[in-house]
Amino acid sequence: MSATASTAAATTGRPKRMSPRTEATLRVVAPIAVGVIVLGAWQFLVTVVGVSEYLLPSPASIIEEFIANWASIASAMLITGTNALIGLVVGSILGILLAALAARWSIADRMSAPLIAALAVVPIVALAPVLNSMFGADSQFGRQAIAAIASFVPVFINTLRGFRQTTPVHRDLMKAYAANSQQVLRTLTLPTARPFVLTGIRIASSLAVISALVAEYFGGPRGGLGSLISTSAASSAYARAWAYVVASIALGLLFYLATLLLERLVLRRAPSGGAR
Amino acid sequence: MSDATTGSRAPRPAETAQDAGSRAPRPAESAVEVRGVDKVFETRTGQVQALDGIDLTVAAGEFVSLIGPSGCGKSTLMRLIADLDDPTAGTLTVFGKSSRQARLDQEYGIAFQQAGLLPWRTVAANVALPLELHGVASADRRSRVAQLLEMVGLGDFADRYPDQLSGGMQQRVAIARALAEQPRLLLMDEPFGALDEMTREKMQTELVRISAETGAAVVFVTHSIPEAVFLSDRVVVMSPRPGRIQQIVPMRLGADAARAARTEELREERTFFDMVTAVREALHGGSPVASGARGVETR
Repeated sequence: MSATASTAAATTGRPKRMSPRTEATLRVVAPIAVGVIVLGAWQFLVTVVGVSEYLLPSPASIIEEFIANWASIASAMLITGTNALIGLVVGSILGILLAALAARWSIADRMSAPLIAALAVVPIVALAPVLNSMFGADSQFGRQAIAAIASFVPVFINTLRGFRQTTPVHRDLMKAYAANSQQVLRTLTLPTARPFVLTGIRIASSLAVISALVAEYFGGPRGGLGSLISTSAASSAYARAWAYVVASIALGLLFYLATLLLERLVLRRAPSGGAR
Repeated sequence: MSDATTGSRAPRPAETAQDAGSRAPRPAESAVEVRGVDKVFETRTGQVQALDGIDLTVAAGEFVSLIGPSGCGKSTLMRLIADLDDPTAGTLTVFGKSSRQARLDQEYGIAFQQAGLLPWRTVAANVALPLELHGVASADRRSRVAQLLEMVGLGDFADRYPDQLSGGMQQRVAIARALAEQPRLLLMDEPFGALDEMTREKMQTELVRISAETGAAVVFVTHSIPEAVFLSDRVVVMSPRPGRIQQIVPMRLGADAARAARTEELREERTFFDMVTAVREALHGGSPVASGARGVETR
């Protein structure tokens, strides 16, 4: 890939541009540099300018708390992560199935459209106290349900759009081949929708983590990241609260990167680099 | 077919006829019969008469081009033959069957202006698609695909993806796919319309060779006069609004009209220009066209 790109640039004699390697390095280095500068300024504010540690804990003390509480952070990540994962998987499966129904029968589409619109605008966390009391204080089910509802919406919307992306020429072709609806689904509709489904899941992955975490603020069993953040903050252990926030960010990133990787794996085709 | 592939371009009219005959159970049977066909489209602004009283017969093994200005219904007529749309009135039969039955029985292969390849499938998998859908065993499929790709000169590109090919190569894949099930009828809707002139002429020569090899009847939609003249046994000239058949111009290209004899040299022969002029005059409503044949539009 990089080889063909550079030869193309050489043969066409385009104005000088960054080599692909420099570009890739820059793409990694630039955000890290920004992060380091921000953290440095933050530490500077606290230690030199003298902003109260109570108001704004310094990065150093947050890291200290992170290491000191690693065991509870790890188990909290596991609990919240499991809830988010179950919600993501269930929500995605439901989203894909219902989108398939809606694409197949327009009556199903019309029946579900207002429901989906309602689900999309409900602040999902508003359901948290209700679901918590519905399923009892010692059940994780309410949180998983919230993560599932939050994941469902983007997966459904994207999948439905994907199912409608088949082009007229492909549909004509399938008709000319007298393909039955099963064959059309397998050879045309599903592969066309695949990138859209994966985009939906990628968007849903972050939402699942956020909703599973925020749902913990509203009671239910302790031990997840959300409940630990609220407990630490309530007991004025701000640095520890921040350490749990850092862990939440890491969990969200983990989910996002995992789905991104899934997308890359599924959509990967032959090694590109052939002549166009 | 096997001897035709290895044979030279020498004229073999008798053999071609025999070849076509051996495929059709009843040699006298025509490939396509169109009787009194009308097509009316309902649009928001009212009805549009796309086709009006179309009668047309295409013999087995015959190459017929439909030509005319935009909106003359030539593509619509092809879509009706393919049973992709239904006629408003009249009947269409393909090898003696209703067009619907012919579609279900896979009596024709089809190619469109867009190659319409599935981008997530390799070239080989794209050509194999119709075979796969119709339950051909995978070993047979593989050998048939290899043979087809060889025929369109893409043997080395079997594992490429469509977006790695040029427009002309993609269109050749589409033609290979259309030929996958050895249809006795090939329907083509401006398959070379998006190609540049050089690629286009090359593709035309290849199509002449391939259609001679397979002995299939071809209904070919185009708006290029030289293309129609070069390829066809007969050129059907259509006029727009409502779409009607204006005139059917038989091509008499040289002493011997066998398709195998149509080579690049033909494009520079006197008879070729005479035929271009004849089609051109038919398109302009029968009145002689003032300028010489050489001033003809090329697309």
